[in-house]
Amino acid sequence: MKKNKEFDFFDKPENIKKLWIMLYVVCGLLVVPDFFTHRHSYFGFDGFFGFYALLGFISCAVLILFSKLVGLVLKVKEGYYDN
Amino acid sequence: MIIDFPPPAILIIGALIVPFLKGKIKNWYVVLLPAVAFLLICQLELGSSWKVHFFGFNLTFLRVDKLSKVFGYIFTINAVAAFVYAFHLKDDTQHMAALFYIGSSLGVVFAGDVVSLYFFWEIMAVASAFLIFARKTEKAQAAGMRYILVHIFGGLCLLAGIIIYITQTGSVAFNPMTDRNWATYLILLGILVNAAAPLVSAWLPDAYPESTVTGGVILSAYTTKTAVYTLVRGFPGWEILIVIGCIMAIYGIIYALLENDVRRILAYSIINQVGFMVCGVGIGTMMSINGSVAHAFCHIIYKSLLWMSAGSVLYMTGKSKCTDLGGLYKTMPLTLIFGCIGALSISSFPATSGFTSKSLIIDGAIHQHLVWVWLVLEVASAGVFLHAGIKFPYFVFFAKDKGLRPGETNKSMLIAMGFMSFMCIFLGLYPQPLYNVLPYEVHYQAYTFNHVVAQLQLLMLSALVFFLFLPLLKRTETISIDTDWFYRLGGRLFYNIMDKGLNGLNRVSDQIFVRGLAVYIGRVSRDGPEWIALISLVPAWFIAGIRGEKLTRSKAKIHLALRTGTTPVGISAAVATTFLLIVFLLN
Repeated sequence: MKKNKEFDFFDKPENIKKLWIMLYVVCGLLVVPDFFTHRHSYFGFDGFFGFYALLGFISCAVLILFSKLVGLVLKVKEGYYDN
Repeated sequence: MIIDFPPPAILIIGALIVPFLKGKIKNWYVVLLPAVAFLLICQLELGSSWKVHFFGFNLTFLRVDKLSKVFGYIFTINAVAAFVYAFHLKDDTQHMAALFYIGSSLGVVFAGDVVSLYFFWEIMAVASAFLIFARKTEKAQAAGMRYILVHIFGGLCLLAGIIIYITQTGSVAFNPMTDRNWATYLILLGILVNAAAPLVSAWLPDAYPESTVTGGVILSAYTTKTAVYTLVRGFPGWEILIVIGCIMAIYGIIYALLENDVRRILAYSIINQVGFMVCGVGIGTMMSINGSVAHAFCHIIYKSLLWMSAGSVLYMTGKSKCTDLGGLYKTMPLTLIFGCIGALSISSFPATSGFTSKSLIIDGAIHQHLVWVWLVLEVASAGVFLHAGIKFPYFVFFAKDKGLRPGETNKSMLIAMGFMSFMCIFLGLYPQPLYNVLPYEVHYQAYTFNHVVAQLQLLMLSALVFFLFLPLLKRTETISIDTDWFYRLGGRLFYNIMDKGLNGLNRVSDQIFVRGLAVYIGRVSRDGPEWIALISLVPAWFIAGIRGEKLTRSKAKIHLALRTGTTPVGISAAVATTFLLIVFLLN
């Protein structure tokens, strides 16, 4: 064991919980300005409330699920080409 | 005083002196060479050129305009940082290969004609392969060979296109291609191989992760970005590039999400980022071309930084797989911070260089009312944060502590990463110096309240999705099948089909003709005379009353006589007469 206690902030469950709360709060706060400002819409549908938040959420969820799906076919063991 | 001298020559000729230098002088020398080339590029005046008459062609080894200069700047700046990063390295092969590679990339950028462009293009392919071979593992040798073969294919397409192009136009000048015919499509295909476009992209994630620690940093910058430069120069506004770029942007993300090896993740994210640039070239407006060039500039910096960070981890731990790494924030805090700055930049986080460059391309799509293109690019922007922005730092530095306590990497690597991090943030906060050197005038303000809020919404919600879906993103010890399957296993499959097919045919022919027919003919020729003799003699003997043992003895006598060729003249004459009779009758 080392004498100096090593920095292990991210290993503690209580800190992880705090980070989760922070993440939710930040995401929540980021859509607040949409109540007050009017964003210029380029294509008609991109001006509504929380558009970019929704776009980020949906596109990432779809990307992860889609990659998981194609992964079923495309993923192979590391030594696949050696045999 | 202005010196009109081609900057590539400094690196290429300079590389030849490397083996004669010893110790730290060698390292200082390779850092200073690109720095001198940078200064040379800075003082080159727009419009100047350096021509050579060669085999009836006017070859232009130096064409100075804003486009070639901006690529010249970033190629040499990155080279300086990469050689500082490699300051511990004593390997002459790697230093020389890197100098030849970077020098010939500059050669492509400053070439004013297609012949010298092709010449440098091929040196690039060969020199860069040595950065892969230098890893000296069996996997690296094989990957390096495949890398060379794919680039030879690309080079041949380019060469064929160039030859037809010169025959058609009678000119070797390299300017925007307006005609769409065999010549220009072949040239485009040759360039797209280097740009790692779909179907011809697998060489990149196959070869780069097998390169050396410092080789990966250098490789990540030049091949794909010279391809982007060549597209900007030769193919602006070719609509097909919009489609190719959009596919690349999404394709890179999907594969990066699947991969386990950190350097393979980063390799796929190169394809994703080059997709944005290719798309910008396809849109072809002044704004989107500026965007592609600016994004190439910033991309080289943050991508090098990411490869440096992953390289430091590999250098210190000998590992590069997510399943083997984790918890390194405890002992490699500086590498973590620098890696995160690279990760935020590639994700276009406000205050980093990606934000001020990528926005130009996306705004280019908006201005042309390309709604689908814009949507794909926004989705891809969100996806970048997933695979490179969070996945890379999370699985390497956080996630599950694997008990690795490597300590911080060496000082020169940290200095190089620090410098690149500074550049990322500097260009993120104050992009004007970059905007000033872009090919066209820029009237753009990235930092409006709405733009920043929109980008933060997009990215933070992506982050939320990453952590919510974390169980789905659990790493497995796998690789993913890409188009290299066709020449890696497909080649073997072809060999097997040929082996089973053609050799099978051989075996059947052997059975029928060699062992069957030939043996049969042999037997007939050997035994034929005996049969004929017996057929004609046995009835005669029978009539003469020779039977039983005597008959058997007579048969044995004939057999022996014909085998030894000692038949009495009478029998020979009888056989010959019978034979002639048969021939006469059959006639």
